[in-house]
Amino acid sequence: MSLPGTYRVGEPIRDTKAPEGPIEDRWDKRRFQAKLVNPVNKRKLTVIVVGTGLAGGSAAATLGELGYKVKSFCYQDSPRRAHSIAAQGGINAAKNYRGDGDSIYRLFYDTVKGGDYRARESNVYRLAQVSVNIIDQAVAQGVPFAREYGGLLDTRSFGGTQVSRTFYARGQTGQQLLLGAYQALERQVAAGNVEVHTRHEMLELIVSGGRARGIVVRDMVTGEIETHLADAVVLASGGYGNVFFLSTNAKGCNTTAIWRAHKKGAYFGNPCYTQIHPTCIPQSGDHQSKLTLMSESLRNDGRVWVPKRKGDDRAPGDIPEGERDYYLERIYPAFGNLVPRDIASRAAKNVCDEGRGVGPGGLGVYLDFADAIRRMGRDAVEKKYGNLFEMYERITGENPYEVPMRIYPAVHYTMGGLWVDYDLQSTIPGLFVIGEANFSDHGANRLGASALMQGLADGYFVLPTTIGDYLAGAGSFGPVEEGDVAEARKAVQDKIDKLLSVNGDRTADSYHRELGRIMWDYCGMERTEESLRKALERIPELREEFWNNVKVPGDAEGLNQALERAGRVADFLELAELMCIDALHRTESCGGHFRAESQDADGEALRDDENFAYVAAWEWTPDGPVLHKEELNYEYVKMTQRSYK
Amino acid sequence: MNLTLKIWRQNGSSDKGRMVTYRVEDVSPDMSFLEMLDVLNERLILAGDDPVAFDHDCREGICGMCGMVINGVAHGEQKLTTTCQLHMRHFKDGDVITIEPWRSAAFPVIKDLVVNRSAFDRIIQAGGFISVPTGSAPEAHSVPVPKADADAAFDAATCIGCGACVAACPNGSASLFTAAKITHLGLLPQGQPERESRARAMVEQMDAEGFGGCTNTGECTAVCPKGIPFDTIARMNADYLKAASK
Repeated sequence: MSLPGTYRVGEPIRDTKAPEGPIEDRWDKRRFQAKLVNPVNKRKLTVIVVGTGLAGGSAAATLGELGYKVKSFCYQDSPRRAHSIAAQGGINAAKNYRGDGDSIYRLFYDTVKGGDYRARESNVYRLAQVSVNIIDQAVAQGVPFAREYGGLLDTRSFGGTQVSRTFYARGQTGQQLLLGAYQALERQVAAGNVEVHTRHEMLELIVSGGRARGIVVRDMVTGEIETHLADAVVLASGGYGNVFFLSTNAKGCNTTAIWRAHKKGAYFGNPCYTQIHPTCIPQSGDHQSKLTLMSESLRNDGRVWVPKRKGDDRAPGDIPEGERDYYLERIYPAFGNLVPRDIASRAAKNVCDEGRGVGPGGLGVYLDFADAIRRMGRDAVEKKYGNLFEMYERITGENPYEVPMRIYPAVHYTMGGLWVDYDLQSTIPGLFVIGEANFSDHGANRLGASALMQGLADGYFVLPTTIGDYLAGAGSFGPVEEGDVAEARKAVQDKIDKLLSVNGDRTADSYHRELGRIMWDYCGMERTEESLRKALERIPELREEFWNNVKVPGDAEGLNQALERAGRVADFLELAELMCIDALHRTESCGGHFRAESQDADGEALRDDENFAYVAAWEWTPDGPVLHKEELNYEYVKMTQRSYK
Repeated sequence: MNLTLKIWRQNGSSDKGRMVTYRVEDVSPDMSFLEMLDVLNERLILAGDDPVAFDHDCREGICGMCGMVINGVAHGEQKLTTTCQLHMRHFKDGDVITIEPWRSAAFPVIKDLVVNRSAFDRIIQAGGFISVPTGSAPEAHSVPVPKADADAAFDAATCIGCGACVAACPNGSASLFTAAKITHLGLLPQGQPERESRARAMVEQMDAEGFGGCTNTGECTAVCPKGIPFDTIARMNADYLKAASK
């Protein structure tokens, strides 16, 4: 094993396969150059898609429709439960229906800038282009987006933008978009083009002849270990924010699929980029199992404030206007409460660190709707945000129409993920990675309402084109070697046997909580060299203790939720170390990665474009990680210090 | 708070199953119902016992994965609430709480509180969609939708497919679930071409899955965490009759 925090530097990545030429023509060019598979041959080709969220569901549906044989897998009891369903706020698209100056170019520009110049221009431009088709597709499927009285689609604005380009379905946009993709998927099931395997968890990737050729899964109901072979594998298994234990992710979200693919040769891009969301309901106690997000759209009408005076513990209603600090409006007058997520989160942390936080433990700021209620009337506020207000009251027992909500930042989204090229292909040929599971498009920070856009862009439009180019050569792949299958199955079996045999005296969850605490304290909203070194000492110790002292009850036959969880925690314990190594090596601040040593005089994140304008793509080796740099070039958007003032 | 839990334990669909009593102590009123069960399970694991299996995922009331019958009511007594959003502040110290799985012939028990709801997916497969291939959609503004229709469609579209309606219905009917989807798509101009064939295929699939018939008892809407309107069922029946009479 390597010393904590050490790594080697390998060959840089030189070619991302993005076409050259004017940015607006690149996707057209790629589509034209992509080889096509003849319809008769498509029927003979099998594609595995792991995950059934917006990316995986839309990809499986579209690939099925195109005529490929598709096998889709999810760990939930139905594809409709994927965590995309919980996205509240909306989906961006450069439709310019408002005539407020939006365009594909502006969405592209905002996304590159919002990502703090750590995303690829070619990818982001394509995302903005395709965004327009996503809305058309969803509307045709019957997604009930909010409408104006004239029957046309309504939009709203979101954090980090000054145009109104976010399409929404009350506070349940993710749900409605996911149901659209799910219904398209089930339609393909009925047509016999897609097989859905629910309650199945991918535990290993099968690589044969240098290509991804299948997966090993566990049937979570029977406990059976199954092998599924294919011509290509698509991972759409989501993000890894649950490494922090407390996050806004669903309880089941995990890193297992991508982590095990990483250990089989897929590079991991920018693992340290974690988005902390500014508007979460604060934690209430040690029993807490997850955090609940309040949609960022609330910042359109809610005003964020804390008392001016430290330790002011008066009820919010007793604090007069003059003694309140509307700090976002004060520091960022141009964007006010709508500054991007990284800025809003850190600003909240700063006022709490100053001792001006509100609520239990001083870890909270007010999100106040009193002005909005005065201005629009309670009914209008209720129409716009009613379900969110209800949810808040249910969880906290407080009525937000009467007292301001309390919010605090929480882990929400991971911009890092498996490295992919312009075709969404990983460094393992035949392994494609889409949606939050890949690293691309968002750079170091994701703008609000862009996750749904990326998931659906990848699944409906990008992958179905690029994977065809790969599959057109499938005839030359050769058979899957039996030895490669046996090896993958053995790895799975060994891991399960080991977990069941330790029989120690701590639960997997208790290790997960402890790991999460380390990650939040030392690799969370603010990182320092010192904190990261501490984490890198602590994580290997914790991992070792886990493998010697975890207690997993029962056996591998049948449903064993404790076993499922233990396997995922084991992977988080490895990923966490890579996240800290990546955070340590990047001695600059950018987006969601705030290194305290790298800030300007005003406390804003200070990038170091000279030395860090690259994607960090990590290769796994038994002797420790190897860093491959992919240089980022900005031909269209000039790199400047982001300012929202 | 200290509570007594009476939980249904069943090891697989062929097992007979039985109620088992557990004590949980130091329950905080801020805990969700599922967090209370997490605490119980941690203790069971450490004691070498089999933890209680239950389904859950998003824990914010939207994925529809969680669901148990609490004191005889699907998702518990609090209105418009999923089990994951039910908090312990609604219980009292010393309470005895019974916890059982959804019970319906069409939802076989997998283990303890976990049931198989795949029948719902098959009802959707029968026609719960609009047939639109990817990439062939017209410009979104080419078909205006009256706001009232869009809003009513949305009210039906919020169904999370949890299955509480089935668990609460004395007949084990899946009418509210099926009607929600038929109403959602049937209210939109995009859904018109397949409106009748959809209603017919989905209703027939629902019957084929072994769900019972609807006798308008209304228990389904009483427990529905998303407040799916009861009149969706009338709409489903109307569309079905129209289709069936052709």
